[in-house]
Amino acid sequence: MRQHKLALCAEHYLDWIPEQTERFIKKYAMFDRDEKILVAVSGGKDSLSLWDILVRLGYRADGLYLALGIDAGIGYSRESRRLTEKFAVERNLTLHVADIEATYGKSIPALAEISRRGQGRPCSVCGLVKRHEMNRIARDLGYDVLATGHNLDDEAAVLFANTLAWSEEYLLRQGPVLLGSDGLARKVKPLCRFYEREMTAYAIARGIEYIYEECPFADGSQSIFYKETLNRLETARPGAKLTFYLNFLEARRSGNLFIDRNTAQIQLHPCPNCGQATSAPGLCSFCRMIEKTKNSP
Amino acid sequence: MIAKLILRDKVYEVKAGMSLLSALRKIDVLPESVIAVRDGEMITDDEILRPGDEVKLVAVISGG
Repeated sequence: MRQHKLALCAEHYLDWIPEQTERFIKKYAMFDRDEKILVAVSGGKDSLSLWDILVRLGYRADGLYLALGIDAGIGYSRESRRLTEKFAVERNLTLHVADIEATYGKSIPALAEISRRGQGRPCSVCGLVKRHEMNRIARDLGYDVLATGHNLDDEAAVLFANTLAWSEEYLLRQGPVLLGSDGLARKVKPLCRFYEREMTAYAIARGIEYIYEECPFADGSQSIFYKETLNRLETARPGAKLTFYLNFLEARRSGNLFIDRNTAQIQLHPCPNCGQATSAPGLCSFCRMIEKTKNSP
Repeated sequence: MIAKLILRDKVYEVKAGMSLLSALRKIDVLPESVIAVRDGEMITDDEILRPGDEVKLVAVISGG
């Protein structure tokens, strides 16, 4: 790990990752041992590793898998669900499964096609549905906090995109913890300081069986392009991604980012249909999309 | 005297005796984007490739 100037054997590496995760959980006040955690699991290396780490650390962590109905000729969702269920069964863990098509009558690709969101890609609709459903289910099932497996590369790519666009509101809301409020569950990202490469190494060393195939719709996506761009930078300047993200967090924390505004000034409004918080008055994006697609075959 | 690097369905042949880092540069794969596994064990960038080695490169990037 050149960014840390640290080399560990597999045995010590498998201890180091949970120790660091615990440190980040405490540093950012994500949750404590009395709280019930719902881990959003996709069958990928990050989310399954996160679940594994939290359980190893002794937290009360259950899983939530969203069946998105993505097939694309390779049975992508079916395989990711199989691996997630296998992971839970082998470790005797509680896994909740929510099927989007069974709940809303349409799969993610179908919702994307009918609603015409995302310019031919279902990624925008997928993100919207996942955020909405994870939040709804966390609240409905009485969990205190929702944990996702976002790693440093995910966070740096989002930060890069939002910086290129100077998306002020998104920048002010990005961080390891998104505090809960009326209609919104607290969201945390305990892996946000680990490189994607570090999480892959953890999953391999732990023998975690995860879905290796990329989502068929991710090929050529903006986030992967930004990750590759940042990896070129990282190769030339080891530690660049970590510095980019940590310095951003510090600027945000200290109030040096957009100094004439602060996060408290961002007003959120409850959606009149589902009650979740949304940035503009009226129906939230999710309910508008469902409304729009309701009468389509 | 070659070693093989395998990334998804592509096989690259490089000269044995060079480091993994040099081999990755030669085949234009970013070291940050893969984990190298030889005989079931992860290896580091400074590992020297031996004749007959078959090194699996596990892609680490995911997202969409």
